[in-house]
Amino acid sequence: MAHFSITRFLDSASSKSSVRYALYLSAITFFFALILIPPILGIFLKWNTMAETFQHPSLMSRATAAIYASFAIAIFVSIIDVVAGLPAAWLISRERYRWLNVLDTFVDIPFIIPTATLGYSLLLFWSSPEGISSLFGDSFVSPGWLLVILLHFAFSYPVVVRVMVGAILDYKREYEEAARTLGAPPFTADRTITLPILKRSLIASFTLAFARSISETGATMMVAGAFENGPIFIHNLKTAQELGYEGALVFVSFILIAISCLIFVTIRLLGPRLKMPIKKVWLSTERKLSGSKVTNLRNGLSLLVFFLLILIPSLFVALPAVYAIINGTLNEAVAGVGNWQGYWQSLILSYSVGAIATLINTIIGLPMAILIARKRLGTVFSSILDVLVNIPLIVPSIALGVSLSIFWKNFTTIPEMGLLILAHLAITYPYLVRSMAAAIERLNVSFEEASRTLGGRPFTVFRTIILPLTKYSLFSGAIMVFTRSISETGATLAVTELETAPVLLVKWVNILRGNIESPIPITSLDVGLGCGILIVFSFIILLVSRLLARRKGRY
Amino acid sequence: MPEVRVKNATKKYGKIIAVDNVSLQIHANEYFCLLGPSGCGKTTLLRLIAGLVEPDKGEIYIENRLVTSVPPEDRGIGFVFQEYALFPHMNVWDNVTYGPRVKAMGKKKSEKLGREMLEMVRLFERFDAFPSELSGGMMQRVALARALAAGSKLLLLDEPLGALDAKIRNDLRYELRKFVKDLELTGIHVTHDQAEAMAISDRIAVMRKGKILQVGTPQELYMHPQHIFVAHFIGESDFLEGYVSKITKKESIIELRGRLFVHTLDKTHEEGDKVVIAIRPEVLTVEKGKKRRENSILGHVEGFRFEGTNVRCQIELENGDSVVVVRPALMTEWFNIGEKVTVSFPAEKSFVFTYPERGLKRELALE
Ligand SMILES: Nc1ncnc2c1ncn2[C@@H]1O[C@H](COP(=O)(O)OP(=O)(O)OP(=O)(O)O)[C@@H](O)[C@H]1O
Ligand SMILES: [Mg+2]
Repeated sequence: MAHFSITRFLDSASSKSSVRYALYLSAITFFFALILIPPILGIFLKWNTMAETFQHPSLMSRATAAIYASFAIAIFVSIIDVVAGLPAAWLISRERYRWLNVLDTFVDIPFIIPTATLGYSLLLFWSSPEGISSLFGDSFVSPGWLLVILLHFAFSYPVVVRVMVGAILDYKREYEEAARTLGAPPFTADRTITLPILKRSLIASFTLAFARSISETGATMMVAGAFENGPIFIHNLKTAQELGYEGALVFVSFILIAISCLIFVTIRLLGPRLKMPIKKVWLSTERKLSGSKVTNLRNGLSLLVFFLLILIPSLFVALPAVYAIINGTLNEAVAGVGNWQGYWQSLILSYSVGAIATLINTIIGLPMAILIARKRLGTVFSSILDVLVNIPLIVPSIALGVSLSIFWKNFTTIPEMGLLILAHLAITYPYLVRSMAAAIERLNVSFEEASRTLGGRPFTVFRTIILPLTKYSLFSGAIMVFTRSISETGATLAVTELETAPVLLVKWVNILRGNIESPIPITSLDVGLGCGILIVFSFIILLVSRLLARRKGRY
Repeated sequence: MPEVRVKNATKKYGKIIAVDNVSLQIHANEYFCLLGPSGCGKTTLLRLIAGLVEPDKGEIYIENRLVTSVPPEDRGIGFVFQEYALFPHMNVWDNVTYGPRVKAMGKKKSEKLGREMLEMVRLFERFDAFPSELSGGMMQRVALARALAAGSKLLLLDEPLGALDAKIRNDLRYELRKFVKDLELTGIHVTHDQAEAMAISDRIAVMRKGKILQVGTPQELYMHPQHIFVAHFIGESDFLEGYVSKITKKESIIELRGRLFVHTLDKTHEEGDKVVIAIRPEVLTVEKGKKRRENSILGHVEGFRFEGTNVRCQIELENGDSVVVVRPALMTEWFNIGEKVTVSFPAEKSFVFTYPERGLKRELALE
């Protein structure tokens, strides 16, 4: 009964426009005060420390090299992602084999398992004696830039495939069929009709892959060796605390954030104007390219790339995890012996922070999603919000963390746990808002109008129409927030000494490789099992979300 | 001016048999309609001919060439989609010249074709407009120009007028036929609108549940429906259930409910058969009061509507059956609700069908 009257109260309150505007205003205030401003403004507070850094030429040259490496890798990897991911997406969405369903699920794996785990798995596969290196004697790919590229490819490729599969499935196939009936062979129809129509999604997938690569820290640390990109450089500085390090930190963070935003805005503005060469047709070549031989070759290559470069390396860590179960490490782990007590603590910390971030972001993100999707405050303002909301996505997370912690420590004595949550809030916010805004935009306005004409008040409409029809997007958005939070490493390292699960795993790997001293030794089985447990949890989340997404009435 | 032959074509989607062992021949230069209720498989049959779907069984010939496994781009067809499928990222000109371009016809020829076709549909001045800037009727004409510019002689149209206003639809349908005839094409037009099909076709195939029930000219289908569903779907029919009570040399006498007897010229049934008589509403006559006529039945007026050209009377017969009578408005008496009337019809203008196994209602249902 109490619940009933609360909803009644909210329903009738929502009829007042003052209440609605107060809600929207607070959503916007939260966004600016918690999500957008601190991660950017923080570095400006330490702006003058930069002057000192310019006195240290060696530090400066390291810094510029690291920044260059970050962008070079991000751009290179995103291009490769699109080149390799597009045929795979095509295969998944167009061919009609049963096993493609399985493949479709597997594609999400590198996306959903925490990147630190992924990093360790790749390290094992490519450069440890247990992995592919055993075939070659020596370490096949040693830690360094090549391994970083392989890693970034592995975790950003699923983004492209996921986005493109969705886009191809949504695409009205009639356009392509019309092209065929007009005489275009399949390849020509795809090149001149389908791809240009899907251009927006292609650009979006490229941007997302780019953002993932530019901001990843935890896994990169495991495979980087002596190589430094922006995030690694920042981390190394923080650990070493060399002379002038603070200025260098501010400098690199600033440049990374500034250039990322610049690239993002450029893509936003120029992307839609990008022209593809669709006028010219090379009939005989394109006929050959349409043939079944070429198509089979393309599909085969896509599968090969997927299994050899993505799936097997990503899941390779399962091997030591299984050993660990057999030889009794699992019992130690369950008993919490030695290092394992810390492991469980970090796991609890990770999942708690993830849950809190998910909850808060859902509450403050929903009104924002409605604002953006329904353009409640005018088209221009909504488009500006739409761009701003994406910024935490493209800002390198460690830079975001550095800035955020400078900002808050400057004003308050905030506990580390608070900083940790704030950092995770900022990083994961875009996932929920993007997913919900897109879902609400797809929802036909006439449903809402029908409900209004039948006497529904604004909140009633939200409760009875919008929410039920978009709940799967809400759910998948929440899952994304949660998994992203679980796998977050960079910002966590920047803002706190508290150890979340991926931070702990990074430390373990460093102990294992002799980079850090530790009273209690770590075995590779420990790390394998630690990763394995995280992966199992991720699998459960993936499975649940898949089951729910498969239900009917999905929006 | 190709001729099209479909031989025993079957296409299933899971359990649904969209096209069920269909055979069909469409003559060169013909304007042919595939007509049937929603979901009967018209689109699927058209897409089989176009090569956009492959049959599970059966063969398709275009101009005596077996094309069953030939991809759509090599079948020499033009296809107009229901929602037009104009490429949204190209303007009218690029849409219309797409066919010549991908067929590598050369710049000169492409431009000549594009120009001709756009002029023919009276849209040349809109050559640089994008599809989103055009009205429904214009989009339809661009879609047509695009299909024709590809130079094919077989034009396939899937509900080409379905998305248009009633008035424009009426104007454009005659235009479609004229283009096909002027350019000496073969046209296959899918529609669920029987009036549209009757107005423009040389011949019509009536489909239901993946099967073709009857093929014929509009007159044949109207005057001699061979299937009770055709009598129902083409034009309108009143249905009276009964039994064949007596067969004489000239006619068969049918007993309706309530011990009423009527005469028909039917020769296809035997005494005792359960049958349905179908009569066109405009064939029935209504007169006030009780009259003695051939095949007359008493009844009273249940409803009376003025519809412009015609008036429509709903009449409940004395045996409880109900019929609709349609008469030209200017040549008919007007009736009051409840008025006693006599309904009658000439024996030679009725059709007699075997009573359907599944019951009349279900046999006539559109789905
Ligand atoms: N791609 C498909 N997948 C599954 N079922 C299909 C597919 N295309 C058609 N069907 C089914 O096949 C049957 C025939 O469909 P079709 O589109 O040919 O009918 P139609 O006569 O064109 O109907 P409408 O007038 O509604 O366009 C329908 O039951 C439809 O649901
Ligand atoms: Mg159809």
